[in-house]
Amino acid sequence: MAARNWIFAVAVAVFLSLSTFSSAQDLQIVNAERRIDLSSHIVKAFLTLKVENIGKDPAADMLLAFPPTQIKNLAMVQALAVMGKKKKKTYLPLDVKPSEQPDAPNDAGYFLVSFATPVGPGETVTLEVLYILTHSLEPFPVEITQSESQLVYYHDSAVVLSPYHVKQQTTFFKTPSTRVESFTSVEPANRAGKEIKYGPYEDRAPYSYAPVIVHFENNSPFAVVEELVREIEISHWGSLQITENYRLTHGGARHKGVFSRVEYQSRRSISGSSSFNALLAVLPPRVNSVYYRDDIGNISTSHLRTGFKKSELEFEPRYPLFGGWRATFVIGYRVPLEDYLFEAPDGRRYLNFTFGCPLVETIVNKLTLKVVLPEGSKDPSAVLPFTVNQDLQVKYSYLDIVGRTVVVLQKDNVVPTHNVPFQVYYTFKPIYMLAEPLMLVSAFFFVFVTSLAYVHIDLNIVKK
Amino acid sequence: MGAKKASPDLLNSSFSFKSLKLKTKQQELLLRVSILGLVYVLAFIARLFSVLRYESMIHEFDPYFNYRTTLFLTEKGFYEFWNWFDSESWYPLGRIIGGTLYPGLMVTAALIYWTLRFLRFFVHIREVCVLTAPFFASNTTIVAYFFGKEIWDTGAGLVAAALIAICPGYISRSVAGSYDNEAVAIFALLLTFYLFVKAVKTGSLSWALGSAFGYFYMVSAWGGYVFIINLVPLYVLVLLITGRYSMRLYVAYNCMYILGMLLAMQIRFVGFQHVQSGEHMGAMGVFLLMQVFYFLDWVKYQLNDTKLFQTFLRITVTSAILVGGIALGVGTASGYISPWTGRFYSLLDPTYAKDHIPIIASVSEHQPTAWSSFMFDYHILLFLFPAGLYFCFKRLSDATIFIVMYGLTSLYFAGVMVRLILVATPAVCLISAIAVSATVKNLTSLLRTKQKVPQTGSTKGVGSSKSSSKVTLDQSQPFQKNGAIALLVGVFYLLSRYAIHCTWVTSEAYSSPSIVLAARGAHGNRIIFDDYREAYYWLRQNTPTDAKVMSWWDYGYQITAMGNRTVIVDNNTWNNTHIATVGRAMSSYEDEAYDIMRSLDVNYVLVVFGGVTGYSSDDINKFLWMVRIGGGVYPVIKEPDYLVNGEFRVDKGASPKMLNCLMYKLCYYRFGELVTEYGKPTGYDRARGVEIGNKDIKLEHLEEAYTTSNWIVRIYRVKPPTNRL
Repeated sequence: MAARNWIFAVAVAVFLSLSTFSSAQDLQIVNAERRIDLSSHIVKAFLTLKVENIGKDPAADMLLAFPPTQIKNLAMVQALAVMGKKKKKTYLPLDVKPSEQPDAPNDAGYFLVSFATPVGPGETVTLEVLYILTHSLEPFPVEITQSESQLVYYHDSAVVLSPYHVKQQTTFFKTPSTRVESFTSVEPANRAGKEIKYGPYEDRAPYSYAPVIVHFENNSPFAVVEELVREIEISHWGSLQITENYRLTHGGARHKGVFSRVEYQSRRSISGSSSFNALLAVLPPRVNSVYYRDDIGNISTSHLRTGFKKSELEFEPRYPLFGGWRATFVIGYRVPLEDYLFEAPDGRRYLNFTFGCPLVETIVNKLTLKVVLPEGSKDPSAVLPFTVNQDLQVKYSYLDIVGRTVVVLQKDNVVPTHNVPFQVYYTFKPIYMLAEPLMLVSAFFFVFVTSLAYVHIDLNIVKK
Repeated sequence: MGAKKASPDLLNSSFSFKSLKLKTKQQELLLRVSILGLVYVLAFIARLFSVLRYESMIHEFDPYFNYRTTLFLTEKGFYEFWNWFDSESWYPLGRIIGGTLYPGLMVTAALIYWTLRFLRFFVHIREVCVLTAPFFASNTTIVAYFFGKEIWDTGAGLVAAALIAICPGYISRSVAGSYDNEAVAIFALLLTFYLFVKAVKTGSLSWALGSAFGYFYMVSAWGGYVFIINLVPLYVLVLLITGRYSMRLYVAYNCMYILGMLLAMQIRFVGFQHVQSGEHMGAMGVFLLMQVFYFLDWVKYQLNDTKLFQTFLRITVTSAILVGGIALGVGTASGYISPWTGRFYSLLDPTYAKDHIPIIASVSEHQPTAWSSFMFDYHILLFLFPAGLYFCFKRLSDATIFIVMYGLTSLYFAGVMVRLILVATPAVCLISAIAVSATVKNLTSLLRTKQKVPQTGSTKGVGSSKSSSKVTLDQSQPFQKNGAIALLVGVFYLLSRYAIHCTWVTSEAYSSPSIVLAARGAHGNRIIFDDYREAYYWLRQNTPTDAKVMSWWDYGYQITAMGNRTVIVDNNTWNNTHIATVGRAMSSYEDEAYDIMRSLDVNYVLVVFGGVTGYSSDDINKFLWMVRIGGGVYPVIKEPDYLVNGEFRVDKGASPKMLNCLMYKLCYYRFGELVTEYGKPTGYDRARGVEIGNKDIKLEHLEEAYTTSNWIVRIYRVKPPTNRL
């Protein structure tokens, strides 16, 4: 490890000496404070940056750098500009988008933050950056028995990776419990209770890196949804039917050896502490016809609390999930249409619904969201605050002739912060609503007419 | 006809309400159709209790296999299904599914499914399977109506339809979710019988052809077709003996037998049994006898000499019987004709299975029927049945002879095996319907004549004999009207009791899926024990896909269907030795069992244990059957080793072999640490009400892999052999 870091440092140094960063020279970070929350399996990092323009030209944007090990687990980056002084702070969301830098050292990844207004020479601006990492806690030992608790590694750097000069910085790691097996010491570093503090460090050159490993106990539920398919079916007769297919797994240290029910039910506090058996889904208010089942039938362990702001579905998989165990299930529910379907000023209709996964504190590796529009809808288009893969499909449901258009939105690595509204616009003529009832009516009419005709027609060759 | 007459009236006269008024005949038709329609719906919805109480799910054991095969059929198509070699069951032997099942049920469900999909109803195949049984039960009521109409009159038909719609004997095997062969087979059985009776009555080829196809459907659906192929010849034989031979019978039977046989041979599982198996020989014998009869008839017609004919008759009959007997003897001796199977024997002799085939005797539904279950399943029909027989004998015809024979033979079989109550149910309903209908008809006609006679008087020129008889009746019995009213009230009271009983039985006794157990909690709330599915789903999700699971054969179908894992034995008990091997492993010491399990590549062992919840049909209570079946093949296993003074015990007084056999260890592993009931010592078995005898169980070659939340299913992992270094 040390050797690799050396190489990394050397490489950084080489890059530094060889290349010149056009924008990097103009900005410097006066103060950086980073708080990394390791209490669940979703790592949340809050980064407060005080950026100063030391160049001659106003700077319109700045770069955030991430090491390659983090960039692939990075679920989300958000940035806010802090305006005003202490008491009257206001936050202004900034535009953040991934960016490619041709001369990135060691495959570091970048995000480009555009300032609301260009920062003039000599001016400073304060930024709040939130980034979320998934799958970044590595269980060690990899396999544990029922009575052991789960220990994980977290790899990061003691200093903020940045293409800019950082004058002063501190980093805090917050662990879920006081049990910390070890942490790399980069002086000054100390631990107090659940918090490990690195820094303050003064005057670090661009691309400084000081790898640290924190080895600590984390028994929070490592609920990972490997695949989630949500289907939202719009019926203009008054409801939205949502069906969610989950493939859930426990992403923590693998369970090894026996599972003892006696231990599990009588010594709950020390037995299977890293396992979980209850999950919470936050569903929309006014939800009805909720079901919870899997391939082989209904699962009876669930409770629903409905409220004005949200409904909560508390449910248990058929068995407690230990490390590496899987469970697949389906949750379905129905919500009234008028809460989610609106008419746009241009006459089109649009669905306004929440993206993401309703389960709290879970990572979704692959989320597929299908919006099934009513039969006869045209020109669908989806509007989302972040980029997703989009596709169109056709689905046949009850009494469909031409099939329904399905807008498929697909995104990897989804965390609860992605639960934001999105819109799907389409055009629909209400006359299509009558197609299916008319079909049924005519079918019955046809049956009765044929039976009427059959009764009245004499098919005998010989007259009786 | 009535409608036809009405239409000119409508055209000719100006519109008036009078023309809308229905004629009596039309009223009767309307009434009949609406009653039938209501009965049809009733038969369907009465069977939905299980869906309301639990959920839309497949019940019990065999239906899971049927569901799994249906799923395969709808996914892979018919040819794949027909050639399916299933390596997931009977490891390492496997099973040729296409050749060892009755495909009727699966094909029916798949056809319904495909039809619905074609009509743009995108239902799940599970829903189709769950509702197949109620749907066919509804269809059975329609067949029962026509059958009743054929043997008696429309009134009897209607009553029969109503009775069979809710008769518990039938409901027990046709509730929503009991997706078993019987679900469609009873429909096919009754249809075949109805069409055959119709064919005998009319002598028409088309009805006989219909009956042959009905028979084909029955053969494709259920092994119980043997009942048809023996009852019909018996019926023909009785008609021959009672001198009711006719050309109609000749046409009906020959057509039905030959075509039915040829069609039945298309089912791979049945194959050439119709010409090779002892169980089918009766039908062939009667067929030949029929030809002899026809021949004799012809000779009699040609000869015109009674004395000569008598001698000829004697010679022909003796030689025919002789030839038949020799052929049968040679066939049996050479092995061309297989002897009767054990199942068939056990039907004729109820004690046979107990002594010779423990695997048949171990199934609860193969036990002889208790009186209480007759009462439970038939209720008032049990008393109406003899009355109906009386009416049948009073008005003897080809049709009534048939229903009497059907009733009596099936009732005998119902007495031999609990599950055959199902076969007797249609006959009992039909005969009881005759009793009800005839009684009610007589009584109401008495009531009507009393009212009519003074009103109409002599003005209406009805048949003189009829009116005179009424008059004489009036004079002879002064309290007739009151008596008739009282009797009618009694009949309606009985029938309403029957309806109440049926509803109660259906909702309370026959709607449990047996996969999900329900109990009442201390506060009257409903507690669900869903341990089976918990365990099966755990197997499905958390074990390697090629894992082999050993369990007692009862759970084989469920493990393959719900757990999607390979099993050693399952409910298709085709290989007794294999089952005995599992029985032997369960009843051996752990190290001996380990060798057996290693040789069978077993990765997981699953046992069902009710000691915590008090669930009594668990593996400990089934254990003696494992010992018996295991001991039947492997004499090392001896039943007395597991008993103490002929008594089966699990407490301290149990035999040492019992306390240390694999099944005991797996069921009670670490159970000794648990307090199951307040005020009782640890390790108190609630299913048997004793404190267990061996609380310190150590497992050497197995380890606990999973135990469900109420301990009902326990799964153990077989450890790999230890390094011998």
